[in-house]
Amino acid sequence: MTALLHASAVLATAREVVPARAQMASTLGFHIILACYGIAFPTIVLVAEYIGLKRSDEVAMTLARRWSQALGVLVAVGAVTGTVLSFEMGLLWPGLMRRYGPVIGLPFSVEGIFFFLEAIFTGIYLYGWRRLRGWAHFWSGIPVAVSGIFGAISVMAANSWMNQPGGFTLRAGRVVAVEPWAVFFNRAAIYEMPHMLLAAYMVAGFGVAAVYAVGFLRGRRDRYHRLGFAIPFVIAAALTPFQIFVGDTAARAIAADQPIKFAAMEYVTHTARGVPEYLGGVYSGGHVYVGVALPDLDSLLVGFSPHTKVIGLDSVAPVDRPPAPTLIHLSFNVMVGLAFLLLLAGLWALLVWRRHRALPAHRWFWWLAAACGPAALVAMECGWIVTEVGRQPWVVYKLLTTAQAATTNRGVIDSLSAVIVLYAVLGIATIAILRLLARHWRAGDEGESAVPYGPPSEHHSPLAGEGA
Amino acid sequence: MTAEVVGAILIAVLTLYAILAGADFGGGLWDLLAGGDRRGRAPRTLIDETITPVWEANHVWLIFALVVFWSAFPTAFAAVMTAAALPLWLAILGIVLRGAGFAFRKEVEGLHWERLLGAVFALSSLLTPFFMGTVVGAVAAGKVALDAQRTTLATWTSPTSLLIGGLFVAVCGYLAAVFLVGEAIRRDDDRHERYFRRRAALASAAAGALSLAALAELHHSNHQLYHGLTGRALALVLLAGACGLAVLALLALGRSRGLRPLSALGVAAVVWGWGVAQYPTLLPGTGLTLANGSAPHATLIALIVVFAAAVLLVGPSFLLLFWLHGRRLLESEHSSHDPERVGWR
Repeated sequence: MTALLHASAVLATAREVVPARAQMASTLGFHIILACYGIAFPTIVLVAEYIGLKRSDEVAMTLARRWSQALGVLVAVGAVTGTVLSFEMGLLWPGLMRRYGPVIGLPFSVEGIFFFLEAIFTGIYLYGWRRLRGWAHFWSGIPVAVSGIFGAISVMAANSWMNQPGGFTLRAGRVVAVEPWAVFFNRAAIYEMPHMLLAAYMVAGFGVAAVYAVGFLRGRRDRYHRLGFAIPFVIAAALTPFQIFVGDTAARAIAADQPIKFAAMEYVTHTARGVPEYLGGVYSGGHVYVGVALPDLDSLLVGFSPHTKVIGLDSVAPVDRPPAPTLIHLSFNVMVGLAFLLLLAGLWALLVWRRHRALPAHRWFWWLAAACGPAALVAMECGWIVTEVGRQPWVVYKLLTTAQAATTNRGVIDSLSAVIVLYAVLGIATIAILRLLARHWRAGDEGESAVPYGPPSEHHSPLAGEGA
Repeated sequence: MTAEVVGAILIAVLTLYAILAGADFGGGLWDLLAGGDRRGRAPRTLIDETITPVWEANHVWLIFALVVFWSAFPTAFAAVMTAAALPLWLAILGIVLRGAGFAFRKEVEGLHWERLLGAVFALSSLLTPFFMGTVVGAVAAGKVALDAQRTTLATWTSPTSLLIGGLFVAVCGYLAAVFLVGEAIRRDDDRHERYFRRRAALASAAAGALSLAALAELHHSNHQLYHGLTGRALALVLLAGACGLAVLALLALGRSRGLRPLSALGVAAVVWGWGVAQYPTLLPGTGLTLANGSAPHATLIALIVVFAAAVLLVGPSFLLLFWLHGRRLLESEHSSHDPERVGWR
C-alpha cells in the first residue's frame, strides 16, 4: 500500500518537478540578494556610524543615517520574500519535509532565534535615530549585525546538510533518531558557511561602493562620495582573498564529497588521471566543444599532482548525473573569473593607497569599481546555480530525489508565473524606491515632509546637501 | 510527554502570532476603512506609527511556527501543505503585498502612488488572515486527508472554513482597534480614542457572533472537536467569552484599564481552547496523533531547548522593543501624531 502510494506519487510529481524547481530557483535567487544586504549591510552602516561618533565626523554620520533608510526598505522586502521561501519548503517540497523535516528543521529553528533578534533590533536601530542618541544608538545596531551573521550560518547549515546529509538514523524510510550537532555541523558546513557569509559581505560591500563609484564617474567627488565608496569597498575588497581561499578549499572538498557535482563543474567526462581544466566550452553527449583545455591542471588543483585521479561523469548512470553540465560549468567559470576581477580592483586600490595615501584617480579604476557591484552579485548567483543544479537529481544528496520531494499538486506552473510577475514588479519597485531616496538626498530634502516613514535625517546638517 | 510539550510550544507560538501580528493585520483593515485622503489621514498616521517599528519582529512568529510545525509534526505539515496549498499561496500573496506595500508607500512621492500602495497594503492585510483562517478551518473540520495528492476547493471552502476565515479578519480588527485605543490615549488624542472604541466594539461583536456560528457549525463538521470545546476545553471557551464581554463593557463605559490584556487573553483562550479540545489529535479526521505523528525524540528535545533559548534571548529583546515603542522613542519627529499639523479639526 505504502509502496503503491509512493510509486504513484513519483509518477504524479514527475510533471511538476521542473516548474517547482524553477519557482524555488527564482524565489531563492531573488531573496538571496536581499539576504546579502540583510546580513552585511548593517555592519557597513555601523562602521560608518562608528567613524561618525568616534571622530565627530558629520559626513560619516550622514552616510550612516541615509544607509539605514535604504536598509529599512531592503529588510522589509527581504522579510517577506524570506517568508515565501519558508512556505515553499512545504508547498513545493512536501516530500522533503515529510521525511526529513525533523532533521532539516533544526538549523532553521536556530535561525528563527536570530531572525527574531535581527527583526527586533532592526526596529530599534532604524527608528531610534532621533531619540536614542550617540553610542546607545550604535549599540542597538550591534545585535542586528551579529544575528545576521549567525542567522546566515544557521541557514547554511540546512543547505550544506542537503549536500552532505548526516546526523540521523533511517529505519524503513523513516527518520528514527537525530543528532542535532552532527546535523548542524555536517561535512559541508565547514566550507559552505564561510563561503556564503563572505559572499554576503562582498555583494553588499561592492554593491554599495558601486553606487558611489558611479557618482564619482559623474563628477561627484566630494568627501561624502569618497567615504561612501571607501567604507563598503574596503570591507568587501579585504575579504575577497579569503573568499578565494575558501572557494578553492570548497571545490577540493566537493571533488571528494560530491564527485559528480565536481565532474559537472569541471567537465570531467571520464574518470582519469591527468584531467585537463576546461575554460568555457559546451558539454554535449560526453564531449566538450569549443572550450580551452589546460592539460593536467584539474588533477593538479584537486590533488596537487598531475597524476591525481578525478572521478568523471561516466562513473554513474545518466539519470544520476546533474542536468545541464554546461550551465553548471559556465556558472562555475564565471564565478571564479569574477572573483579574480574583484581581487584585482582591491589590489589596485591597495597599491595606490600605499604610494599616495589616496583613492585611485584613474578613470578606469572607477569603471572597474562600478562593475564590481554587479560582478559580485552575478558571482554569488552563479555560485548558487553551481551548488543547487549540481546537486541534482538529488534534493538530499544520495538519499532523496528532487522528484520524490516535489508536490503532487498540479498548477505549479501557475504559481511560478504569478511569482515571476510579482517578483519582477517587486524588484523594479525596490530599485525605484532606492533611486527615489537617492534623489531626495541629492536634493537635500530628506523626504520627511512627504511620508511618515523611515529614520529621519538631519536636513539642517551642513553637509547633507552634497547628495548621494 | 515531550510531544505534548512541543505541541504546547506550537500553540504558544501561534498564540503570540495571532495576538501580535493579528493586531498589525487589523491595522490594515482600519486603514482600508478609514475613508478618503483627508478624513482618513489622521487615523492612518496613528495606525502607521503603531505598526512601523514592530511589524517585522511580530511577523517572525509565523516563521517560527512553520519551522516548529514541520520539524515536530512533519506528516501533518506535509498533508496540510498539500491539501490546503491554494489558500496558503493566497495567504503568502497577502504577506508579500502587505509588507512591500507598507514599506514602499512611505517612500513614494505623489498622492496617487501613496494611495495605490496604501490600498495594496490595506487590501492584502485582509487576504492573509482570511485565507489562514480557511486553512485552520479545513484542519478543524477534518478536511485535510493524510494521503491528499491535490488541493481542492472543497477542502477549504466548507462553512466552517469560511466562518473561521471571517473570524480571523474580525479578530485582527478587534485586536488592532483595542491596541489603537491605547495608542490614542497615550497621545491624549480623545477623538481617536472614541474613534477606535467604536470600531473595537463593532469588531468584538462581529468576532463574537462569528465564533458562536463557527462553534455551531463544528457541531456538524467535527463533532469530536465540538465535544471537546464544550467539554474538556469549556473553561477556556467560557474564559474567552467572559473576556470578550468584559472588553465590550469597558469599551461602553469608556474605561481603558485592562483593555489590552483582556482582549489578548480572550484570543489566547480561543487558541488554547482549540488545542485542548483537539488533544491528542493532530489532524482531525485522520488517525494522526501526537503519539504517532511526532518527530524523533532528539528533535523534540532540541526544539524545546531552542524554544527555551528563544524565550531567554528573544523575550527580553521584545520587551525592550515594546518598552521603547511604548515610550514613543522609536519614531521620527515629523510623523508624530500632531492634530494641529495634519489638520483634521
